[in-house]
Amino acid sequence: MDFLRPASWEEALAAKAEHPTAVPIAGGTDVMVEINFDHRRPEYLLDLNRIGDLGEWEVGEKTVRLGASVPYTKIMEHLRGELPGLALASHTVASPQIRNRGGVGGNLGTASPAGDAHPALLSSGCEVEVESAARGVRMIPIDEFYLGVKRNALQADELIRAVHLPKADGPQQFSKVGTRNAMVIAVCAFGIALHPETRTVRTGIGSAAPTPVRAKEAEAFLAAALEEGGFWENGKIITPSVAKQFADLCSAACNPIDDVRGTASYRRHAVGIMARRTLGWAWESYRGQSARTEGVA
Amino acid sequence: MADTRTTGIPSKVTQGSQTKGGIGESTLRPDGILKVTGEFAYSSDMWHEDMLWGQILRSTVAHAEIVSIDTSEALATSGVYAVLTYEDLPTEVKNYGLEIQDTPVLAHGKVRHHGEPVALVAADHPETARRAAAKIKVEYKELPVITDEASATAPDAVLVHENRDDHHSGHVPHPNIVHRQPIIRGDVAKARERADVIVEGEYTFGMQDQAFLGPESGLAVPSEDGGVDLYVATQWLHSDLKQIAPVLGLPEDKVRMTLSGVGGAFGGREDLSMQIHACLLALRTGKPVKIVYNRFESFFGHVHRHPAKLYYEHGATKDGKLTHMKCKIVLDGGAYASASPAVVGNASSLSVGPYVIDDVDIEAIALYSNNPPCGAMRGFGAVQACFAYEAQMDKLADKLGMDRVEFRRLNAMEQGTIMPTGQPVDSPAPVAELLRRIKAMPLPPERQWESSEGADVRQLPGGLSNTTHGEGVVRGVGYAVGIKNVGFSEGFDDYSTAKVRMEVIAGEPVATVHTAMAEVGQGGVTVHAQIARTELGVHQVTIHPADTQVGSAGSTSASRQTYVTGGAVKNACELVREKVLEIGRRKMGTYHPAWATAELLLEGGKVVTDGGEVLADIVDVLEDEVVELEEEWRHRPTEAFDLTTGQGNGHVQYSFAAHRAVVEVDTELGLVKVIELACAQDVGKALNPLSVIGQIQGGTTQGLGVAVMEEIIVDPKTAKVRNPSFTDYLIPTILDTPTIPVDVLELADQHAPYGLRGIGEAPTLSSTPAVLAAIRNATGLELNKTPVRPEHLTGS
Repeated sequence: MDFLRPASWEEALAAKAEHPTAVPIAGGTDVMVEINFDHRRPEYLLDLNRIGDLGEWEVGEKTVRLGASVPYTKIMEHLRGELPGLALASHTVASPQIRNRGGVGGNLGTASPAGDAHPALLSSGCEVEVESAARGVRMIPIDEFYLGVKRNALQADELIRAVHLPKADGPQQFSKVGTRNAMVIAVCAFGIALHPETRTVRTGIGSAAPTPVRAKEAEAFLAAALEEGGFWENGKIITPSVAKQFADLCSAACNPIDDVRGTASYRRHAVGIMARRTLGWAWESYRGQSARTEGVA
Repeated sequence: MADTRTTGIPSKVTQGSQTKGGIGESTLRPDGILKVTGEFAYSSDMWHEDMLWGQILRSTVAHAEIVSIDTSEALATSGVYAVLTYEDLPTEVKNYGLEIQDTPVLAHGKVRHHGEPVALVAADHPETARRAAAKIKVEYKELPVITDEASATAPDAVLVHENRDDHHSGHVPHPNIVHRQPIIRGDVAKARERADVIVEGEYTFGMQDQAFLGPESGLAVPSEDGGVDLYVATQWLHSDLKQIAPVLGLPEDKVRMTLSGVGGAFGGREDLSMQIHACLLALRTGKPVKIVYNRFESFFGHVHRHPAKLYYEHGATKDGKLTHMKCKIVLDGGAYASASPAVVGNASSLSVGPYVIDDVDIEAIALYSNNPPCGAMRGFGAVQACFAYEAQMDKLADKLGMDRVEFRRLNAMEQGTIMPTGQPVDSPAPVAELLRRIKAMPLPPERQWESSEGADVRQLPGGLSNTTHGEGVVRGVGYAVGIKNVGFSEGFDDYSTAKVRMEVIAGEPVATVHTAMAEVGQGGVTVHAQIARTELGVHQVTIHPADTQVGSAGSTSASRQTYVTGGAVKNACELVREKVLEIGRRKMGTYHPAWATAELLLEGGKVVTDGGEVLADIVDVLEDEVVELEEEWRHRPTEAFDLTTGQGNGHVQYSFAAHRAVVEVDTELGLVKVIELACAQDVGKALNPLSVIGQIQGGTTQGLGVAVMEEIIVDPKTAKVRNPSFTDYLIPTILDTPTIPVDVLELADQHAPYGLRGIGEAPTLSSTPAVLAAIRNATGLELNKTPVRPEHLTGS
């Protein structure tokens, strides 16, 4: 195995063009596990740790440009206001040690349905900035990013440089079921973002389908129900029947399997419960009647 | 007392009472800081110049004939020094085992479980060894798998072991049953007639892993005399030695074993793992060979806790007295016997729990199957039984409309109670008192997650995963109590050896304690130093590394080491003390009449009378003389259980703990947060109170693990392990570990050294059923299986 250590982004792109099978490594929290257990034997490892810009973020007027290697700990500490959904998701990633190393670029690169960042990324409506030496920068909408089990829209010569996330224009929530109270891989997960500016709702579901998915029917139903009842203006409590219908549609958006972590029917059930609860917390927050409903961690 | 006052003798001094750092003090463990700071050298950290790395090729299927093994490509790999299969074993002894030698060192013609060792590779780099092992071509012809009692005892069942001739084979009802132990006492049919209520239950206990943090590892170094020095993390050096030497074709004195740093054991190191393999490769290549399992391999590299099915019937009169109990306990021993026969003995003899029931009909069996081999784990057969009988106690109390704790107290055993085996309990058995104490403890406040900032998710089910801010959360409280035997039972010669040396070094008296006791984290080395200080009145105690240059100390298991090896150290110290005093009498007897007339003690480095008068410094008594002796020590003998009635004085001592669990359950998502697990335990005498608390809290947490998360999942169709990693085999994190208030009783057992009681296992028993009872209390569900999974609580 050759270990490539580019000193700049340009060198990294050149190396990836020259060695399309090279596996990029930053925090190493996923790649190294695969290598240590011999599940993967890459010809080349492409170390991105010398490229400082990947670990930085910029808060713009409308969006946050989040470097692919910004560790989850930094997201929790510094971007809680701009990216509340992702900050909550970051908090559920593994252990403090892993959160100090791992970043969103790794979750996207691996594209496992169990990656904790995906539901928050999907519900935010972000874009992934990827680049190749040959064709330059390309922005991939998150909705088009996940193609299959551990498959994403990246070309062999492309690297993930950053994620552009809209700054939250409304409350966001994230919830994850695991069979332990910390440091646990998701049995299933759910993210929701209210977008009052566009009067839309976006969702993200993790570990309950071959890829991370949105519950689009649920989103459309809820947006229509909110619009129809004038909820965005009057800030009324969402009726239980609307919340239930939303939850049922979220369950229906799942296409889960039975595995050692849980049964398919439990995953459907749990996604529904999480959808109803996170909608409730987010809506309470929107109504401004609760000082804080995100959960204190 | 009146006499002593009138004769004017000062208050009596007892041996050890004046010396600091003796028994009863919470002296700190010598390895504590090193372990916390990461500087402790574990067995996996060893290194030897010019050493090779060993790798084991394991079977990818559970049950198959081996058609062929082709090692040529592996052998041709650059950097590979040796590839060994069954054909390369040097002697006629090709199997090993704790009690029954049924485990092949390397598979011969057949594999019987997923992950069974098939071939060995030694190479100059661990990655080279691993890749070479992957190049070994093994052709399997798969056989049907035996996975439960029905498939094991079906008329046409494939035999896991053909042509059995072990000492259990004659009395078992089927060759796929390792051992069967019935216990019959009284007249169940007649007693049943007196019952006003009868409760039946069927319970399932999942396969728990010891999940010790330091994977199996060791280093074998060939020596010039044709022997081998083996440095290894194990639980019992001499038991290993007895199994290793014959396979290597070496006399035991040419296999010199030294304990290296052990990262936990919990029973999982009682069987051999890489010991013989490393020695074979070292002797073949003439080079030191190190083997270290990774976590994945570790899940295949040691035995687990027996999963079990338990069928129980209890009866009681309407005033709450137990009338009878019938049970059948089916333990799955997996492919090889390991400790299964002894686990059967424990499960049957402790199946009634700490209760008085005169009329019982008990049967326990262990199966041979193609599931992973199961053997020793903390609690050893008593854990599974406790889970079932405690659920039964709650059902009975409910049916009678009685308080669950009061019902237990009404039926609690006490000193003098006769066990179902006919053995009288001849030391304190404060079962009712332990229950009273945990019930009397204040309950933790409700809704602790609420704060002015909103919900503190760390205090809620789901924790950091942010699944509830209080929605669906219901509290439940549950109680349980258990009984565990201490020491090896059923007539086993369960002795320990200690060598103690006393000499003057740099002007100070120093004691050296040398035993083969495996320090696996229990704190035995701390306690040995305390005992030596108490018995020899010195400050400086050196603990010699554990090795086979001294006699056996038995296993670090069965809650026995403080009792038995501690007893051996105490005994050896007493003999050394006598020798020191003899020397004193010889050299100085004429200086003072008390040398001849008084009872003499060693205190604070001096010889003193029991009245406290100083006669001499130990330094002056010994000068350059060295006192050293090695002695075996035994607890009271036990007897085998009768094979048809189960009668016999089979156990040495019993240990009791009781728990109260307080849980909060998210009833919609099926997630559980254990809020508090209070424990009351009788320890006889706390030799090191801090270590006692640590053992109780650790055992409690291990019991919590199997209540709500820990299970090795085996595919019933293929008998393959589905979750051999810490990603999917979950153990409690600190956020899953509740507050554990501990109430320690010290009621001396007059038969045991210092009155102590083995403590390590009892808290693992009652913790699990207490948590289950609390979850049942919160949800109203029956929950007959452990661990409880979210889908069991949501019904989805």
